[in-house]
Amino acid sequence: MRPEWTDFVGGKWVNEINVRDFIQKNYTPYDGDDSFLVGPTQNTTDLWDQVLDLMKQEREAGGVLDMDTKVVSTITSHGPGYLNKDKETIVGFQTDKPFKRSLQPYGGIRMAEKACADNGYTVDPEISEFFTTHRKTHNAGVFDAYNQEMRACRSSHVVTGLPDAYGRGRIIGDYRRVALYGIDRLIEDKLEQKDSTGRVMTDDVIRLREEISEQIIALKMMKQMAASYGCDISKPATNVQEAIQATYFGYLAAVKEQNGAAMSLGRTSTFLDIYAERDLKNGTFTEEQIQEFIDHFIMKLRLVKFARTPEYNALFSGDPVWVTESLAGVGIDGRHLVTKTSFRYLHTLSNLGPSPEPNLTVLWSTKLPDNFKRFCAKMSILSSSIQYENDDLMRVTHGDDYAIACCVSSMRVGKEMQFFGARANLAKCLLYALNGGIDEKTKKQVGPKYRPYAGDVLDYDTVWSMYVDMMEWLADVYVNTLNIIHYMHDKYCYERAQMALHDRDVKRYFATGIAGLSVVADSLSAIKYAEVKAIRDEDGIIYDFEINGEFPKYGNDDDRVDEIANKLVSTFMTMIRRHHTYRNGVPTTSILTITSNVVYGKATGSTPDGRKAGQPFAPGANPMHGRDQKGATASLASVAKLPFNDAQDGISNTFTIIPGALGKEDQIFSGDIEIDLSK
Amino acid sequence: MTKGRIHSIESFGTVDGPGLRFVVFTQGCPMRCAYCHNPDTWAMNAGELMDPADIIEQYERNRSFYRNGGITVTGGEPLVQIDFLIELFTLAKAHDIHTCIDTSGIMYHPENKTFMDKLDKLMTLTDLVMLDIKHIDPAKHLELTKQPNSGILAFVQYLSDKNIPMWIRHVVVPGITDDEKYLYQLGQFIAPFKNLKVLDILPYHTLGTVKYEKLGMEYPLKDVPAMDKATAIELKKIVIKGIKDKRTELGILQ
Repeated sequence: MRPEWTDFVGGKWVNEINVRDFIQKNYTPYDGDDSFLVGPTQNTTDLWDQVLDLMKQEREAGGVLDMDTKVVSTITSHGPGYLNKDKETIVGFQTDKPFKRSLQPYGGIRMAEKACADNGYTVDPEISEFFTTHRKTHNAGVFDAYNQEMRACRSSHVVTGLPDAYGRGRIIGDYRRVALYGIDRLIEDKLEQKDSTGRVMTDDVIRLREEISEQIIALKMMKQMAASYGCDISKPATNVQEAIQATYFGYLAAVKEQNGAAMSLGRTSTFLDIYAERDLKNGTFTEEQIQEFIDHFIMKLRLVKFARTPEYNALFSGDPVWVTESLAGVGIDGRHLVTKTSFRYLHTLSNLGPSPEPNLTVLWSTKLPDNFKRFCAKMSILSSSIQYENDDLMRVTHGDDYAIACCVSSMRVGKEMQFFGARANLAKCLLYALNGGIDEKTKKQVGPKYRPYAGDVLDYDTVWSMYVDMMEWLADVYVNTLNIIHYMHDKYCYERAQMALHDRDVKRYFATGIAGLSVVADSLSAIKYAEVKAIRDEDGIIYDFEINGEFPKYGNDDDRVDEIANKLVSTFMTMIRRHHTYRNGVPTTSILTITSNVVYGKATGSTPDGRKAGQPFAPGANPMHGRDQKGATASLASVAKLPFNDAQDGISNTFTIIPGALGKEDQIFSGDIEIDLSK
Repeated sequence: MTKGRIHSIESFGTVDGPGLRFVVFTQGCPMRCAYCHNPDTWAMNAGELMDPADIIEQYERNRSFYRNGGITVTGGEPLVQIDFLIELFTLAKAHDIHTCIDTSGIMYHPENKTFMDKLDKLMTLTDLVMLDIKHIDPAKHLELTKQPNSGILAFVQYLSDKNIPMWIRHVVVPGITDDEKYLYQLGQFIAPFKNLKVLDILPYHTLGTVKYEKLGMEYPLKDVPAMDKATAIELKKIVIKGIKDKRTELGILQ
């Protein structure tokens, strides 16, 4: 074995790129509590104070402190940047200084120009000219291929949030590979991959060979970037500090070249813990030092920034990067994957204070150790910054080395990737079904000219049958639009850094999404169980509804309506599955508009459930606000009935509760009185 | 089956008994507590009629949520519908569900044999009683709730005789139930009972006022502020002191 791997247990991972095997052979499950954790070092506190000051300056400057307008960002475009070189144990920024946003025009020059202009900057005219005349962007390619119908759907927002003007994101490189193997070994592997492609030069083989070449260039550039910071990542990391640094350089390469809608990190904590354990054992580093490295790493992840437009920020309620890191979970051999470093990551929420980024996501299992569960609960109460996802559910499909991209999209790290596909507005589609494809807001013919609904009172069977026809059309135009988008993204804005840290033959998920699930479920329930009358305007367009009587509402654990929601998801998914997908992507769908439900609601007229025009949808798979009347368990039970097999890209439920409603405070509630009295 | 008059169901109860609980709010209450935060549960003839079997069915659907919890019946005053309670809890015990009643004890009438037979039966099906003592002083109790407290205090003895685990709850309202003398007395009163498991001092809050507005009712305590948490903690200590002193006196404090 290589000298860097001394003390590690060997296995398949020695001879092939196989990080999971390395983890399984070497990690140490931790069942203890949080008492070993240490507070921030003086250097950490100093650096974080500096960050807080920069954050304040950025807010005062209106949201952006500095933007690059001249240098197109690549892995090596910028020299090293620091907060304070003497104090940082983990280094690297996207540009040559912190809080300076990079210029990334490959997704679309217009978006890059607008992001600058909206923040008071101007892109260098030479760059604008170059990306308009000489080098095509993803955005330009997409619009060359769109047809009229696609454009109409896009502007009416029946399909919306499409990644056709910016980076699609949602691809997680296996950044751990940089640390475990070093770049030289990864390049060797890629050269072997290139030699192993098919010999008949079909389109697919040509594309693959070109892509692998691009990946090799990216790997070489990573090495160069690291060297500019005085780090050598050509060889495997020798200790935990180097391992964190190498992992971070891999990630940094990705965010230097991709301004994706979600740029997630993967599943790194238990991997890094193997190095931490070895260093602790050998006396290389102390707990204080290891926590400091983790704190500095997390600090860097909090400072990933992109140049974006106000419209983008409105869609996503802020300026999220979705640096999602997946923690814990259980292995397929039954051992849990909690390590001391899982604790250390969560502990940054104490050492640096709460933060939405990185999006620390606990892969929850009933089999996680109690001490870890308690610590999670404690940190959630303290910081409100932890996301939880169901490992017991996802492990069945993805094994035990998957990670979450964005908020819920699960994929095996380095083996699976996703084509992100925004979402179709099913609530608006229902209105199109009733109005024969005419948009209820613009009165333009957007969908096909089917026969509109004729009567006054809506009949369930008739409406359902009309709705199925309209959904079929929507699925068709939606998938075709996405095919164009991903074709062009691969062509003009290929994620070479992230894909360099994947296997040659990756499984590609073709992700779609649904918006407005609870609106449609309740609407159909109202039509079925109450009396809903259509109200038409002077042009005969149905623009509102009159509801008489009660009807079961999604969110109360009532099968009558929950089954409608269920049927909607599987019906739409079946339609999606019937289409050709780019690069044979495996179709999935998600129900997860966590932030953009407000924007979708704005673009949608009144619906038969009583929701008025412009009012927000519920987020994700949530019941509509205030309609779940039996408390949280019943509400969650409705959501839990949705079929994961038909919504494999994720189902999200946003749950807000005041701490007092989660149980009594120890101080007021005296619990077992005998114990209390004996004190 | 005897249908119950149900005000509402809370499937995610975290403050009404141990663990996560399925909470059934029954309709109807003879008390008129000045600080009641559920005045919409007072009327005897309102609510939705529900079968005990339907309630158990709803519970069973999400049983895994309630692993350390169970069913709590509160209200309103659950014991108003004692026949329904017996049926509900008979079913619950058949399903191995932890059962809890949150009561004011106002229905306790030892002289009423029919009622007592039913109560004896119900207690064989009940794992926990949470008893809300509104005020320890008879006159003050009458003033506060329009009902005497003699039966309620006798109910404590009854629960002790039956050895039913008991939580005592007491709402502390500024200027009304926060008098140190009475809190100490309350502690002294409950001290001898070995089935006392938990003392729950609840700081008065004003969240109920909205309901009064909705019902078009005058809120009797509209000028009374919420009890702050820190004070409630101090007041709890007084009750505890009452318990300790009494137990020392009786020689039952280990």
